Amino acid sequence: MTLTLKINGETRQVDPAPGTPLLWVLRDELKMTGTKFGCGVAACGACTVHIDGTPERSCQALAEDLDGAEITTIEAIGGSPIGAAVQAAWTELDVVQCGYCQSGQIMSAVALLSEIGRPTDRDIDDHMDGNACRCATYVRIRAAIHRAADILEG
Amino acid sequence: MTIDATRRGFLVGAGAALSGLAIGLDPRGALAATSATGGNITPFLTITADGTVTAIVKHFEGGQGVATGLSALIAEEMNMALEDIRWAHAPSDPARYGNLFFGGFQGTGGSTAMANSFLQYRTAGAAAKQMLIAAAAEAWGVDAAALALRDGVISGNGQEAGIGDFVEAAARMQVPAEPKLKEPAEFRIIGKEIRARRDTADKIDGRGIFAMDVQLDGQMVVALKRAPRLGAKVVSFDDTAAREVRGFIMAQALPSGDAVLAYAETTWAAFQARDALSIEWDLSEAETRSSEAIREELLEMVRTGSQFTGSAADLATVSAAIDGAAQVIEREFYFPMLAHAPMEPMGATIEPTEDGGVIMHDGAQFPTANNMVLGQVLDLPPEKIRINTLYAGGFFGRRATPSSDYIVEAALAFAMTDRSRPVKLVWSREDDITGGYYRPAMAHRVRVGLDPDGGILGWDHRVAGQSIFKGTAFEQMIVRDGVDGSSVEGIADGAYTIPSLHLGLTDARPATTVNWWRSVGHSHTGYVMESMMDLLARAAGADPVEYRLRYLDEAEPDGARMAATLRLAAEKAGWGAELPAGRGRGVAAHKSFGSYCAEVCEVSIDGDGVVRIEKVTAAIDCGIAVTPDVVRAQIEGGIGYGIGHVMRDQITLENGAVHERNFPDYEPLRMRDIAAIDVHIVPSTEAPTGVGEPGTPPAGPALANAIAAAGGPRVTRLPMTLSGVAFA
Repeated sequence: MTLTLKINGETRQVDPAPGTPLLWVLRDELKMTGTKFGCGVAACGACTVHIDGTPERSCQALAEDLDGAEITTIEAIGGSPIGAAVQAAWTELDVVQCGYCQSGQIMSAVALLSEIGRPTDRDIDDHMDGNACRCATYVRIRAAIHRAADILEG
Repeated sequence: MTIDATRRGFLVGAGAALSGLAIGLDPRGALAATSATGGNITPFLTITADGTVTAIVKHFEGGQGVATGLSALIAEEMNMALEDIRWAHAPSDPARYGNLFFGGFQGTGGSTAMANSFLQYRTAGAAAKQMLIAAAAEAWGVDAAALALRDGVISGNGQEAGIGDFVEAAARMQVPAEPKLKEPAEFRIIGKEIRARRDTADKIDGRGIFAMDVQLDGQMVVALKRAPRLGAKVVSFDDTAAREVRGFIMAQALPSGDAVLAYAETTWAAFQARDALSIEWDLSEAETRSSEAIREELLEMVRTGSQFTGSAADLATVSAAIDGAAQVIEREFYFPMLAHAPMEPMGATIEPTEDGGVIMHDGAQFPTANNMVLGQVLDLPPEKIRINTLYAGGFFGRRATPSSDYIVEAALAFAMTDRSRPVKLVWSREDDITGGYYRPAMAHRVRVGLDPDGGILGWDHRVAGQSIFKGTAFEQMIVRDGVDGSSVEGIADGAYTIPSLHLGLTDARPATTVNWWRSVGHSHTGYVMESMMDLLARAAGADPVEYRLRYLDEAEPDGARMAATLRLAAEKAGWGAELPAGRGRGVAAHKSFGSYCAEVCEVSIDGDGVVRIEKVTAAIDCGIAVTPDVVRAQIEGGIGYGIGHVMRDQITLENGAVHERNFPDYEPLRMRDIAAIDVHIVPSTEAPTGVGEPGTPPAGPALANAIAAAGGPRVTRLPMTLSGVAFA
């Protein structure tokens, strides 16, 4: 089925089988592999993207339901001031280890900072709880979200 | 700054010509230089005519920071900033990139990456510096002693020029027999607080390429439906429903009958087609036991005589000492099977080449094993097989198994095609969680006799579980007198000097496939030893830190280093300071992979008995900490990995089949689980030792000891949630 998706500000024509999750359209059809496959059941957050500004698990979002939606992925998140601040904080604190979950972590962190400019530890724990990191970089993610809030306040 | 990860593997692997300087080992294993890669030298570093220095990293980067660590060694000796060095994964070449601790086998494991590379990569960097300066001295007609190299520029005697100007001349020079390495006092990078991970840029905007991300023109994707129990075999399958899936190509059973493969044009189609397969299994030889039955078998084994003895002290002497003791402390411990569950599910791509060979694209933990397996399955000579090593999305031991399980699957999947198209094997999370190669289930029973002052008179320690190494190609390296060292490491060979310790081991009958899991045997022996030390300290009426120090002989290096590490962790954690009601601290100290790690865990327990982990404070002595921030990150991660699993994870069998399927029932550590971690490094001038694994063993027992100290239960059966502990 031919669909028109708006991804990172660009209009893309895709032709997935009915019922295909956005995750696999991004990865296999558009070769945008920054959005990761971790569990397929919305239990790890590695596939998090923004759909109309809201963090969503792309393994559960069907491509055919996204006509007209604004989709943002990790590849373009640095283009927003909050995304750039989060990436800068991640770099400053050397958050990553294996890095496989970090696309999703960053997408969730950006969504959190868009909603709450100055999150508490509790806010971070609540908002980031669905993003698993098997390397356990959590303490650095928490610190980097605070640091990104500092950067954004200038 | 960053090169596409797929391509840069080829830069070296394909033997592309390099106009510049490459320093590495020649076929005789001697340090040598060349102006072109792909010749007789596989390099540790290359320098191009534009002055770009690239570290060729012989271990795969799976998050442990090895790309940063090995780059730091070269940057140090070449007097350049860590931020200015590039890196690339090395190709598969065991003769020259072999792990010095694995007998020339190229592979990553046992927390050995830095320890076996420390002198090798520094020496290459020092040789490059010396040769570049010599080339400049010759060009300028001055004494080399008057010249210095810093930040890619050679200067002195009123002249200066970038190193790129001298790479060709340097490449024609004799390599110094013994390049002069820096003295530790001269270090500007090693041991310094620099945060400049070489893989960060690739991992914050989605550009880094993992095995899962390989997208080759014309590739097929393969998903598999594996036998539901150990020993089950395919009788027949029906792919009628799979044929309805758009993009389905074909289905094939593995020759072993262990799985049926679904081939499709995309990953989603492969998963859909796999799920649509109808398979008849022969279950006549299949495992039928449940986890509860296996647990009872293991506990029975440690209650009776052991099959093998792993200590010098004989049982009769030790038993006599215990029987005559003023107090006997006895406990049984049980550890469930555990999956590694790295974030990236297993998978690899095999690409045919024009010369009839293949390239395997993989986050390759054991490239040498991959080469051997591909050669056997595809009947190809070694020179027709290349390994393109990519980022690995975590491993914790899982990307290498004694049988090279997923590599064999990928090779067979390719072999069953006409070999004209690349074949990419992709595991789902369910394939990973149910896919075997677990940390084996283990039982321990420990009886310790104490004298009236609480001193240890005798220690009878029995272990039972499935051997990881017996029956594998690695058996001879690990098994001694019937004892698989990986089942008992950390008991009799720890840092403590324990009088009269008897160690017995009984091998359990295989129920699943088992594997090394972050910290291997230490993942359970550390828990038992450190829980027992806590129980003994309490029985002796002694402070747990003080009691441990009694058994650390500070006249010996092991005892002295562990004692210093324990004291540092205790001091930084405020050990001994008053705590409010409902709080408790627990300590654990364990040596593994040549390193000494001590951790203090502080918990609170609320009125409903719910435990919250407030803080973990750790100290690590890993010899020289080459990149201290990477060391801290590894200990932070090791703590999280250790704690997450002891809290609530287990793999169980029901009638021989794995019950857990995905993260909802194999719940990973989450952000909320640990409020804070604080890691301190013991200053050291000793040679570097491991950091990837040593943070894990003390984490579980430190938590267990903290829960007991706070008034909660003493947990000897894991996971803790099965022993009446609830977490926030």
